[in-house]
Amino acid sequence: MGSFMLRRIIYVIPALIAVSLISFLVIAIPPGDFVTRTAELRAAQGDIMPIAEQDAMRRAYGLDLPIMVQYWNWITGVLTRGDFGYSFSFNLPVKDVIWPRLGLTVVLSVASLLFIWVVAIPIGIYSAVRRYSAGDYLATFLGFLGLAIPNFLLALAVMYVAFAWFGMNVGGLFSPEYLEAPWSWDRVLDLLNHLWLPMIVLGTAGTASVIRVIRANLMDELHKPYVTAARAKGKGEFGLLMKYPVRHALNPFVSGQNDIFVEIVSGGTIVAIVMGLQTTGPLLLDALRTQDMYMAASFILMLSVLVVIGTLLSDLLLAWLDPRIRYQQG
Amino acid sequence: MDNLVEIRDLTITFAHSVDVVTGLDLDIPAGKTLCLVGESGCGKSVTAKAILQVIDHPGRVSGGAINLRQANGAVLDIAATKPTSPVMRHVRGADIAMIHQEPMSFLSPLYTIGNQISEALTLHRKMSEKEARAEGIRMLEQVGMPDPERRYDSYTFQLSGGQRQRAMIAMALINQPRLLIADEPTTALDVTTQANILDLLAQLQRDSGMAVLFITHDLGVVAEIADEVAVMYLGKIVERGPVKEVLEHPRHPYTRGLLASMPRLDGDFKAPLKAIPGMVPPPALRPTGCSFHPRCEWAVAGFCNMISVLETELGNDHMVACHAYGPQAAKIDKHATRTPAAVAPAERRAESMEPLLSVRDLHKHFPIRSGFFQRQTGAVRAVNDISLDIYPGETLGLVGESGCGKSTLGQTIVGLHRADGGAIRFADGEHEPADLLTARGATAKRLRTDIRMIFQDPTGSLNPRMRVRDIIGEVLQVNSRFSAGEIEAKVQALLSKVGLSPDYAERYPHAFSGGQRQRIAIARALASDPRLVIADEAVSALDVSVQTQIINMMKSLQAEMGLTYLFVSHDLGVIANISDRVAVMYAGRIVEIGSTEAIFRNPRHPYTEALLAAIPGRGVSKPRDRIRLGGHVPDPSQQLVGCSFADRCQYAQPACRAVMPPLEGTADHRFACIRADELRLRTVTGQPELVGA
Amino acid sequence: MSTFDETTGQVAPIAAVHQRGRGYDGHWALVWQKFLRHRLGVAGGIVVILAYIVALIPEFLAPVTLEAYNPSYSYAPPQAIQWGRDDGEGWRFLPHVTAYKTEIDYNSGRRLFVPDPETVIPIGFFVQGEPYRLLGLIPTDRHLFGAVEAGQPFFLAGADRLGRDILSRTIYGTRISMTIGLIGVALSLVFGILIGGISGLFGGVVDNLIQRFIEFIQSVPAIPLWIGLAAAIPQSVPPLQVYFLITIILSVLGWTSLARVVRGRFLAMRSEDFVKAARLDGCGPVRIIFRHMLPSFLSHIIATVSLAIPGMILAETALSYLGIGLRTPIVSWGVLLQEAQNVRTIASAPWLLLPGGAVVIAVLALNFLGDGLRDAADPYSD
Repeated sequence: MGSFMLRRIIYVIPALIAVSLISFLVIAIPPGDFVTRTAELRAAQGDIMPIAEQDAMRRAYGLDLPIMVQYWNWITGVLTRGDFGYSFSFNLPVKDVIWPRLGLTVVLSVASLLFIWVVAIPIGIYSAVRRYSAGDYLATFLGFLGLAIPNFLLALAVMYVAFAWFGMNVGGLFSPEYLEAPWSWDRVLDLLNHLWLPMIVLGTAGTASVIRVIRANLMDELHKPYVTAARAKGKGEFGLLMKYPVRHALNPFVSGQNDIFVEIVSGGTIVAIVMGLQTTGPLLLDALRTQDMYMAASFILMLSVLVVIGTLLSDLLLAWLDPRIRYQQG
Repeated sequence: MDNLVEIRDLTITFAHSVDVVTGLDLDIPAGKTLCLVGESGCGKSVTAKAILQVIDHPGRVSGGAINLRQANGAVLDIAATKPTSPVMRHVRGADIAMIHQEPMSFLSPLYTIGNQISEALTLHRKMSEKEARAEGIRMLEQVGMPDPERRYDSYTFQLSGGQRQRAMIAMALINQPRLLIADEPTTALDVTTQANILDLLAQLQRDSGMAVLFITHDLGVVAEIADEVAVMYLGKIVERGPVKEVLEHPRHPYTRGLLASMPRLDGDFKAPLKAIPGMVPPPALRPTGCSFHPRCEWAVAGFCNMISVLETELGNDHMVACHAYGPQAAKIDKHATRTPAAVAPAERRAESMEPLLSVRDLHKHFPIRSGFFQRQTGAVRAVNDISLDIYPGETLGLVGESGCGKSTLGQTIVGLHRADGGAIRFADGEHEPADLLTARGATAKRLRTDIRMIFQDPTGSLNPRMRVRDIIGEVLQVNSRFSAGEIEAKVQALLSKVGLSPDYAERYPHAFSGGQRQRIAIARALASDPRLVIADEAVSALDVSVQTQIINMMKSLQAEMGLTYLFVSHDLGVIANISDRVAVMYAGRIVEIGSTEAIFRNPRHPYTEALLAAIPGRGVSKPRDRIRLGGHVPDPSQQLVGCSFADRCQYAQPACRAVMPPLEGTADHRFACIRADELRLRTVTGQPELVGA
Repeated sequence: MSTFDETTGQVAPIAAVHQRGRGYDGHWALVWQKFLRHRLGVAGGIVVILAYIVALIPEFLAPVTLEAYNPSYSYAPPQAIQWGRDDGEGWRFLPHVTAYKTEIDYNSGRRLFVPDPETVIPIGFFVQGEPYRLLGLIPTDRHLFGAVEAGQPFFLAGADRLGRDILSRTIYGTRISMTIGLIGVALSLVFGILIGGISGLFGGVVDNLIQRFIEFIQSVPAIPLWIGLAAAIPQSVPPLQVYFLITIILSVLGWTSLARVVRGRFLAMRSEDFVKAARLDGCGPVRIIFRHMLPSFLSHIIATVSLAIPGMILAETALSYLGIGLRTPIVSWGVLLQEAQNVRTIASAPWLLLPGGAVVIAVLALNFLGDGLRDAADPYSD
C-alpha cells in the first residue's frame, strides 16, 4: 500500500508539469497578446496607440521574450515564491485575485460532489434493487433529463423560476453587504444560503450519471455467485445488499468520480459565469477575452491542479477500497 | 431409513413458465453422502439451491414440499417458508451449508477469507471477534489449509484453486451444519487437487456425521465418495439406490448410457465407447411421455413417447423410473441396441516408420515484463527443452495438469507462438521434410494446410459474424485455388462427415449447441485435408455424452482419412481411450512418454503414478495406500536445478535436486527419473477395478 | 420436438426446433432485431432522424427566413393559433393568428402586447414566401406552413429582441447544431481509431505512452481548456472558419474515449480464439483486421459514436452561449441562446429559451439511441 501510494503520488509530477505547460501555451501561442488587445480596444475608442508605446508596454510586461522563457519565468515564480505573475487588467498580482476565487471554487465543487453522492447513491441503489418499478422508471427518466440539460441552461431556468415565481434575484455567492466583508460567521451563513442553488445546478448532470453508473453496476452485482453464497450463509437481505453488491458496485463508482469531478470543475466555469458567482469562472472568461495572460494561465493551471489532486484522491480511495489493486500493483 | 430432508413433488419454474424441475421426489438420508448425477441442464444445481431457497431470479419453487427435519425433531417445510424469514435464514448456514464449483466467484475478492468465514459464524452465534477469529483459524486448520493463521487474513486472489476451495469448505462447515450441499466442488480443479479435496470431504463427513448432497457429472467421483446415488434427467430422478447397486447394476438406460460413455481405465482402454445420442434438450422442449425417449435405445414408439413414467421399486432401496421395469415391461425389449458405428482400429505404426513430426529441443519462454518501459524482468518457461516424435496415423496423447505447458506446446507446433529455440521437422513422405520454424512461402502455406488445430472452446473459436460455410471454407479460400462451387461442395461433404446436415452451411454459429459447434470446428480443421491435427482440450468443455460422441467421431475420421492426432487433455480417461502413445508433462518438460499400455500399466515416473492415483473412482482404498500430492507446481519463472518434481515427490532424495534427470529408457518408453530403476510404482490397474463389471 | 435421426445418429439441432430462422440471421440482422426491442432507443432514433431531416431542409420547414425581422414585434410573445372565426354570419373554418397591438403599461413602464382580434392573419400549409433553393439546388418559394400572405407577422414561438421569429431561427439552428456534433465526432473517430488502433496493435511501450497521454488529456478540465482555445480564435476569422476551428477544438479532447474503446476491443479481439483460428487458416493481417476483427467491433464503435455526439452538441451550445464559440451570422442553438443573457430578459420573454428545449430534445434522443445501440451491439448475450 505504501509503495503504491508513493508511486501514485510520484506519477502526479509529470502530469502537473504537462498541465502547467499546456495552460501557458494555450494562452501564449495564439496570435495577439494583451498589448494588441489593449490597442484594439483603444482604437475602437478612436485612440490610436503608437507602435513605440506598444513595444515599450511589451517590454515592461516581458511579453517580448521568447515564449519558453516567459513560461520558465512564470512557472519558477509560481513554484518558488507562489507568485503567479501580474494581472494586466487588474493591475494586481494574480495571486491576490486568484486565491479567494479558487477557495470558493473548491467549496462549490466539493459541495456539488457531496450533493451528488447524497442524492445519487441511494437513488441508484433503489433503482437497481427495485428494477422496473415506477420509482426506477422515474429515476431513470430524470437521470436522462439531467444528462441532457446543459448546465448553463439549467442555471438560467432556475434563476428564471426563482425570479419570476418567487421574485428572488438569485445569483452570486454572497449578498451585496457581505461581498467585500471579511470572513465572519454571518458571512459563512450567507455563503451557505447562496451556495445551495449553484450546487444543485452543478450537481444535476453528475447526479444523473452517478445514478446510471450505480444502477448498472449494482444490477450486475446483484446476481453474482458470491451474493448467493452469502445468502446461503444466512445473511439478512439488507446486510447482504450493503456488504456485497453495494460494496462491489462502489469500485467502478469511485473510479468514475474522477470524471465527475472533472465535469464539476469544468461545468462550474460556465455556471459561475451565468449565475455571477465569485468563483474562477467569470474572471477566467474575462482574462481570456482581454488576453490577460498570466491571470488566464494561472486560472487554468490551478483548475487543472485541482483536478489532478482529485484524481489522485480518487485513485488512492480506490486502492484503499479494493485489495486487488493494493496487493497486485503495490 | 432416517431422512434429513424429504423432497416431495418439487416443481421449479423459470421465466415463461418453463418447469426446469417437475415433480421431483428425493430423500437425503442423515449422515450419508448422496450423489446427484446428470449432465448439465438436468436441473441438479437448481434443485440444490431450492433447498436453501436461493434460486436466482426469475426461478422459483412453484410447487411441492421440502421437508427438513430440524435438530429438535420438528419438521420444517422449506418450500412453504418465506425466503427472507428469520427461520429460513437460520436454516441457511446453521442447518444447511453449501459449497460451489468456482470458489473464486463464490467468495468476494474484497474481503479476506477470514472475514467471510467469521461472518458465517457470527450470523448464527453470538461471539466476540476474537473468538470468531480463533474458531475460524481452527476451522481452516481442520480443512488442511497450510499456514492457517496467515491465510485467515488472505484474499481469494492470493490463494491457489485448492486453497480457495478449502476456504469455502471451512466457511460452510464452521457452524457444523447437518447437511452440506456440494455443487460440483471439484470440477474446476486439477485431478490431483480434486483427489485431495474429495479425501477431505469424505473425512469431514465421517468425523462430523453430517449428510452430504454431492452434485456431480462425473461418475468416477460418484464411485469415490457416494453412499447413495440419484441420477437426474430433465428435472426428474430416473434412478436411485445405493452406490454399489446403481453403478454395478444400472437399470435405467440413461444411467447405463452414462456409464457406457465413460472412458474406462480397467481392461481394454481402447474399447470403443458407446455414446448416448443427442443431448439434453432445453426444459421448454421436454419430450412427452418419458422425457428420455428420444435418446433411448429401448424406446418403443407409441408408448414411451406417450405415457409418463412411474417410479418402480426394485428392492435393495433401488428405484428406477423407466417403462422397462414398470407394469408394461413386456412391451419393451431391453436388448434392443443401436450398434455404434464400427470404428476400424487404427493401424499400428510399423517399427521402422519415419516420424511425421519430430520436435527437438523446443523452447518457448514467455517474457515477464514490468515497469513503464516494459522491460523484461524474467520469463515463464512454458515449454522447456522438449523433444518428441509423432508417427503417421497414431494419436499421441499429451497429458498434464493446468499450467504444465501442454497447450503451449501444441500452439507452438501449430505456429501460434514463435518458438525460442529448437526445431520441428515435418516429413509427410511426399514432400521434402521441412522445418516448421523456418519454413517460408509455399512451404509454409502447405504446412499450414497439413497441420491444423481444434480449439477447446467452440463458442470462442467460431467467428459469430460468419456463416458456417465461410468458417469452414476460409482455409480453402485463402490457401488454394478452389472455385466457390468446389468449396461449397467440399463444405457440404465435410458437414455430413462430422454428422451435421449439409444445409447447416447457411447458418451462423449461434444456432448450434456446444457439441455441434465443436463438430463445425472439427470440419474446419479437416477442410484442407490435413495430415496432423492438434486437438487442444477439444472435448473438455463438453458434457460426457457429447464428449463421447465427439471422441468416437474423431476416431472414425482418423481411420477414414488417415489422420494423425496430437491430443492435448487433462483428462486421463479420455487420453487413455484415444491415444496410442502418451506423453506426460510437468512444469514445461516431458517427464514420461510411452505407449498407452506402458504409461497406465507400468508408470516409471512418480508424477505419473501420482496422476493415476488421483483419478477418482478407484473404489474404496485404505488411506495409507493413497498417493496424494501436496504443494504446488514450481513457479515456472524460476530456473530450477534438478528434478522439478522433487519438491512434491515422496521418493525424492538429495540427488534428485542436484541434476535435471534426462529422458531415458527404451524407444517405446522413456522417463525422466533417476530412481526409476529402483522404484516399484503402482499402476492404474494395481488398484481395485474402477466401476461395474 | 427434437427427433432422432437414425442415419446420422444425431438429434436434430435445437436451432431447427425453437429458433427456426434465427440461425440464418447474420450479425447485423441480430443487432437490428435486438435494437428494435429497445423501445426508447427506437423512439430516440426516430427523433434523431427527424432532426437531421430538419437540418437538411430548414428553408422549407421554417415559416420565414433568417433575415426576416419586424421591429415592432420586438420580444413579442407567441401567437395562439385559432382554428376558426365568427364573422357575424356564423363560425367559419379559418386557421389564423391575430396581430398584436402594443400598449404601454404605465405602472411598470413595460411594453405589453395585446392580441388585436380585428387583424386576422390567415395561415396555412405550403404557403408562398421568400424564395430559396431547396437543398441548395431546387429554386422554390414554398414553405411548409406560415402566413398565407408573405410578410405578415407570424410568431408561433414568439420573437426576439429584433423581432425575428424564434421558431424559424431554431429550425435553422438545427443544421449547425446537429452537424457540429457529427463532424466533431467524425474527426474524433479518425483520431480515435488511428491512435487507439496503433496502441492496440503495437502494445508495449507505445501502448503505455499513449495510454498515459490519454489519461492525462482526460484529466484536464475540458471547459476551461475549450474556453481558452476558443477565445484564442481572433475576432477577424470568418464565421465558417470559426465553425471548423470549433469542431477541431471539440475533437481535441473528444477522441480519447473513442481511442480507448478501439484499443480495448483490439486487445480483447487479438486473443479471441476465432482470430487465432483465422491466423491458422492462413489469413494475412489485412484480412484478419477487415474480415474478422473490424466487423466484430464496428457495432460497438457506432454505439460509442452516437453517445459522443450529445457531448459535442452540449459543448458547442455552451461555448456559443458564452460568446466565444460560433457567432452570427451563423445560427446555432447556442448562438440563439445568447439572446437570453440575463434573468430579466428571460423573465419578460421566456420563449427565448426555446432553442434550449431543442438542445434538450436532441441530446435526449441521441442518448436514447446510443443506449439502444450499445445494448444491441452485442446481440449474442441475452
